[in-house]
Amino acid sequence: MTTPVQISHDLLGAIGGVPRPEGDVVVDARDVNKYFGRLHVLKDVCLQVRRQETVVIIGPSGSGKTTFIRCVNHLEKIQSGRIFVNGHLIGYRESGDGKKLVEDKEKNIARQRQEIGMVFQRFNLFPHMTALENIIEAPIQVRGVDHDEAVAVGRALLERVGLAAKEKAYPNQLSGGQQQRIAIARALAMKPALMLFDEPTSALDPEMIGEVLEVMKELAREGMTMIVVSHEMGFAREVANRVVMMDEGTVVEEGTPDQVFSHPTQERTKTFLSKIL
Amino acid sequence: MTLSVLRRYGTRRAVLAGFLPLLVLAVAGCSSSRGASVSIDPNIFLNAIIHPDGPIINGLYLTIFVSIIAQLIGVTLGIFAALGKMAKFPLFRIIANLYIWFFRGTPLLVQLAFLFYGIQSAHLLAWPTIELFGFTVTQEVLAGTIILGVNEGAYMAEIVRAGILSIDPGQNEAAKSLGMNYAQTMRRIVLPQAARVIMPPLGNEFNNMLKNTSLLMVLGTYELYNTFASKAGLAYQWFEFMGACCVWYLILTTIWGFAQAWIERRFSKGTTSSSGGPSWRDRIFGGRRSDAGEEIAVLGGH
Repeated sequence: MTTPVQISHDLLGAIGGVPRPEGDVVVDARDVNKYFGRLHVLKDVCLQVRRQETVVIIGPSGSGKTTFIRCVNHLEKIQSGRIFVNGHLIGYRESGDGKKLVEDKEKNIARQRQEIGMVFQRFNLFPHMTALENIIEAPIQVRGVDHDEAVAVGRALLERVGLAAKEKAYPNQLSGGQQQRIAIARALAMKPALMLFDEPTSALDPEMIGEVLEVMKELAREGMTMIVVSHEMGFAREVANRVVMMDEGTVVEEGTPDQVFSHPTQERTKTFLSKIL
Repeated sequence: MTLSVLRRYGTRRAVLAGFLPLLVLAVAGCSSSRGASVSIDPNIFLNAIIHPDGPIINGLYLTIFVSIIAQLIGVTLGIFAALGKMAKFPLFRIIANLYIWFFRGTPLLVQLAFLFYGIQSAHLLAWPTIELFGFTVTQEVLAGTIILGVNEGAYMAEIVRAGILSIDPGQNEAAKSLGMNYAQTMRRIVLPQAARVIMPPLGNEFNNMLKNTSLLMVLGTYELYNTFASKAGLAYQWFEFMGACCVWYLILTTIWGFAQAWIERRFSKGTTSSSGGPSWRDRIFGGRRSDAGEEIAVLGGH
């Protein structure tokens, strides 16, 4: 389990290349507001993510960072604002006068989610399926990919995340780090244009964090567009194009890793960093 | 003094201890007062088990056939009723709740009489006799199977719902985030996992179903119980025939006990406890009382 993971320099090659090369805006969140009952958890959050960019969101627990990325693929409803992914309004359509949001049809939401991969803190692998079955499930069921082709892509992805030998293993036979790597492969199998990582290493034993981060770094280097909620400052420094600091439902500060970590301008960022660094 | 006995032995034991001798005395008193000696013909009992004749074999097949089909109907309806109960649209919830409310809130025996005799006597519907895979399914068998199945669906609905609710919401989110729609998520991800939770209570339900088919005798079908009852009535050998009837039901439910243990082990793949459900011993000797017990006893007295 502690053996270093050999990952070839072609994680995206396994699924047929980098999605759309241009450098335009992939995620465009404008004035997003979200309430849990009376609790105002996202307050006018604005965030743009450009193609092939890796954005790491940091912040204390309860700051709304996880809630925010769950809004990006509409696992959470929003009460006002707009989130666009590749120019498409996510989860809603605008009513006639363009002022009100009406929740979109399930079919349309499902189609939008195909373009957005998500990796969860607790992996959420399907326990009744083997590693390979987990990966090929959505391409076959959702995209209608031919079984043999899906298996070929699935095997290539397994090899890329260093788990070719675990093809037939069920999730409960795998370590946390292995499960999370399978979960990343599962999301990639849909050839998403954007990957969301919700604290992907928070549920892992320390010795397994490295292998998962390694896969994510590889992915970032190959040009995947990524939003990562994480406390892994080393990872953020190394691969993030931008770091976003959130607190109490607002974006407090954003900038390059060096700006945010070494020269934070906001008092809130300084106190937070002093606690975790 | 009574109180101290209760405290010492517990209420249940004290009642049993007082009741059993009374029962024995009563039975002995009855036989002696009529002046007849105990009369049991073991050959009739054994023959009905070791050399079952045509009608018994047919009754056995009918009981098995009706049980399986009715249970399949019940599971299917139960899944839809469970999903209906959890649906977003109020109309689906209302329909599902009304269905469950009616079929769980009225006796199966009354449902059989109402939906067979009632509907036909009011000329609302005539149950047909149909041909199925070369077999003739009489209107009584058809109606009985469907009513048993519909009744079972109401019970299965709660079992299926509990099964679905037991699945980690993260599974649903993972499926959704991959672009799967509601139907795909249910069919491929949630229900297969819920099946493992549903299997043990489903096993109990089928055990009940095997026994509840005996209620079809009110429709005049010759399933296992009615076949034996008619033989017993003709020969006035109730003890022997009903004893044999019990043995046949025990054979069916025991075989099912083994089958269920095997199925549960198969369904436990991908989980941490490879031992699966309860032991075969618990499976066969455990289980719950058929809620049709009293009704049959009353009928038998006629």
